[in-house]
Amino acid sequence: MKLNGAQILIQTLIEQGVTDVFGYPGGQVINIYDALYEYRDKINHVLTAHEQGASHAADGYSRATGKVGVCIATSGPGATNLVTGIATAMLDSIPMVAITGNVPNSLIGKDSFQEIDITGVTLPITKHNFFVSKIEDLADTVRKAFSIAKSGRPGPVLIDIPKDVQVGKYDYEPQPIVEKIPLPKVKEDAIEKAVAMINEAKKPYIYVGGGAAGLGMGDEIVAFAEKIGAVIGCSFMGLSAVPQNNERFLGMQGMHGHYASSMSQNEADLILAVGVRFSDRATGNVSKFAKQSKIIQLDPDSAEVNKNVRVDLGLVGDVEDSFKRIAAKCAVSEKPAWFARVKQLKAEEKQFEDEIEAANEAPLTPKQVIETINACKKPNTVIATDVGQHQMWTAQYVEFDGPRRFVSSGGLGTMGFGLGAAIGAHVATKDPVVLVTGDGSFGMNLNELATAVTYKIPVVIVLMNNGVLGMVRQWQTLFFGKRYSNTILTRKTDFVALAKSFGAEGCLAETPVEFKRAFEQAVASGKTVVIEARIDKDEMVLPMLPPGGAISDIITKV
Amino acid sequence: MENNRFVIAVYVDNQSGVLTRVTAMFTRRGFNIDALTVGETESSEYSRITISMRGDDYVKEQLINQLKKLYVVKKVEVLEDEPIKRELMLIKVQNKSEHRSDIMTAVDVFRASVIDYSPDGMCIEVTGNPSKIDAFVKLMQPFGILEMCRTGIVALDRGTTTLLNK
Repeated sequence: MKLNGAQILIQTLIEQGVTDVFGYPGGQVINIYDALYEYRDKINHVLTAHEQGASHAADGYSRATGKVGVCIATSGPGATNLVTGIATAMLDSIPMVAITGNVPNSLIGKDSFQEIDITGVTLPITKHNFFVSKIEDLADTVRKAFSIAKSGRPGPVLIDIPKDVQVGKYDYEPQPIVEKIPLPKVKEDAIEKAVAMINEAKKPYIYVGGGAAGLGMGDEIVAFAEKIGAVIGCSFMGLSAVPQNNERFLGMQGMHGHYASSMSQNEADLILAVGVRFSDRATGNVSKFAKQSKIIQLDPDSAEVNKNVRVDLGLVGDVEDSFKRIAAKCAVSEKPAWFARVKQLKAEEKQFEDEIEAANEAPLTPKQVIETINACKKPNTVIATDVGQHQMWTAQYVEFDGPRRFVSSGGLGTMGFGLGAAIGAHVATKDPVVLVTGDGSFGMNLNELATAVTYKIPVVIVLMNNGVLGMVRQWQTLFFGKRYSNTILTRKTDFVALAKSFGAEGCLAETPVEFKRAFEQAVASGKTVVIEARIDKDEMVLPMLPPGGAISDIITKV
Repeated sequence: MENNRFVIAVYVDNQSGVLTRVTAMFTRRGFNIDALTVGETESSEYSRITISMRGDDYVKEQLINQLKKLYVVKKVEVLEDEPIKRELMLIKVQNKSEHRSDIMTAVDVFRASVIDYSPDGMCIEVTGNPSKIDAFVKLMQPFGILEMCRTGIVALDRGTTTLLNK
């Protein structure tokens, strides 16, 4: 069957199981959009307000489901607008295929109108990228892109398609969905070594990361912890991977992690790291991180072993398989002394958290906001966030409804990520979505409110408005002598009116009662709703490990 | 850990843009290259990049793992146990009458060859181990080096095993 390049592209996307794409038309993708029109009954296109929103939506789509998210943009500025979204996906290992149009081959390299070398631009922020110079290569390149995006350690792949390739004609034969390339299984002697190390341990700590977040191993991890007398902590990216309603789960560790989680990680004598990459935000000063502990690292990416932290045993390959084999072989052991110590740390944590909260005289606190969300959200809600203090409070206090129910930019820390990602997560799952954001982050990509309203996305946007760029302000308070350089937002934005002008609902909450009422109504309404929750400008995220600090530097009160 | 010199051989897809991908990774990860050569191989599908650099075991391990992650990279190997290393240099030196015989003796001893000759200068081609080239450069310094260029190392393991079939 002879088709034009644009038709081949869309046919291949459909063939690869793509049902939704996010994007924005433009001069060098008109043909692709023409094909999207032709195949509109088979593939749903969501028009965002900005290409960056499309890239975050594709990312959110992927985080919520594990499927490859797809976004489309035109050449030049369309393509560069995807860059932040692609980098966000890269740093968090999110499978994504980004498709850009480019000027015809004959105009490449001439600084033509809206021409940019987007494969050059995205070289360090994609797992791989392709410039399709010949139509003969198009379908197979798309298939390869999907294979690369989802195999091994996932990541974003960009395909740049010049206009003449979209217009030209070539044969197309449908092919089956490309399967993930299976990860190698770790050798038995290495598994045995890990089992021996775990059996010898007296204070084991299971450290769960993003590499385990989508594997649905939460219950097995808890069962294993109970079997060997371990406790469980997670990195930011590992949140929602493990059920929280068990006493062995200590929550996130690291810079703003739970006190008991960070402390016990630094008292453990064995850390079993499952799909974590020991980011600097998780470890603080690596030369002082968990020095007392042996570390076993399970990861699909050999470059992650010994990259940031020297480990005693690296098991590179299929994480799920390695974990299951290890779990099956380890001896049952209770370790009551270790558990008692961790319980004591947990009690200390609760005490200072309660003290901080009790001393807080603000009419509405971030913790109250998050606790209300926990109490009133519908089952199976996806929680999305932007980046900053609100993100850390969410990470600390939200009770997630299961794996892939947390959509947040970890590695890149992309302010403005949340709204697009929330839209993508809803398009993918049709489940309820709550976006927790701040006035700083929301200001970056609030234009996607238009998208949410147009596509009737029932996202409840909880906007914690403190009138400042809170996270940077917190650093300025703690480390820069309260010199609040450019972090006080003396804006006059009326967020309620703004929401209404976009066609969304908007309301203001200044007390816990008001917030609860607003949130319940928003959840019930099934509409796009912005709830502006006013919080104090001097709220802090605690505890805090100062950047580059050690566990002994932990700040628990100010 | 010591900063040792080592040589890495990399088989990559023989396509445009591949060298950029490899060198961009070096830049991004903060690795410094001493020398890099790239050229055709026994297979038309692949090019072979030979990289010589210095670093401790951490650098060596990271570098190989990061190289392996590149989609265009088919095979990476540190050439251990003294591989066969060769480098070619063209060097232009002043041809002063009082130095001429010394230069010619050096050319002879190093089994180099004079490939261009004029009353003011001569151009010499030297091939060999990088240390031999270094020694020749040192020897020529007092005579006045006008210009020189070195290809960087190409290297193969000894024996009949090949990198692609390893």
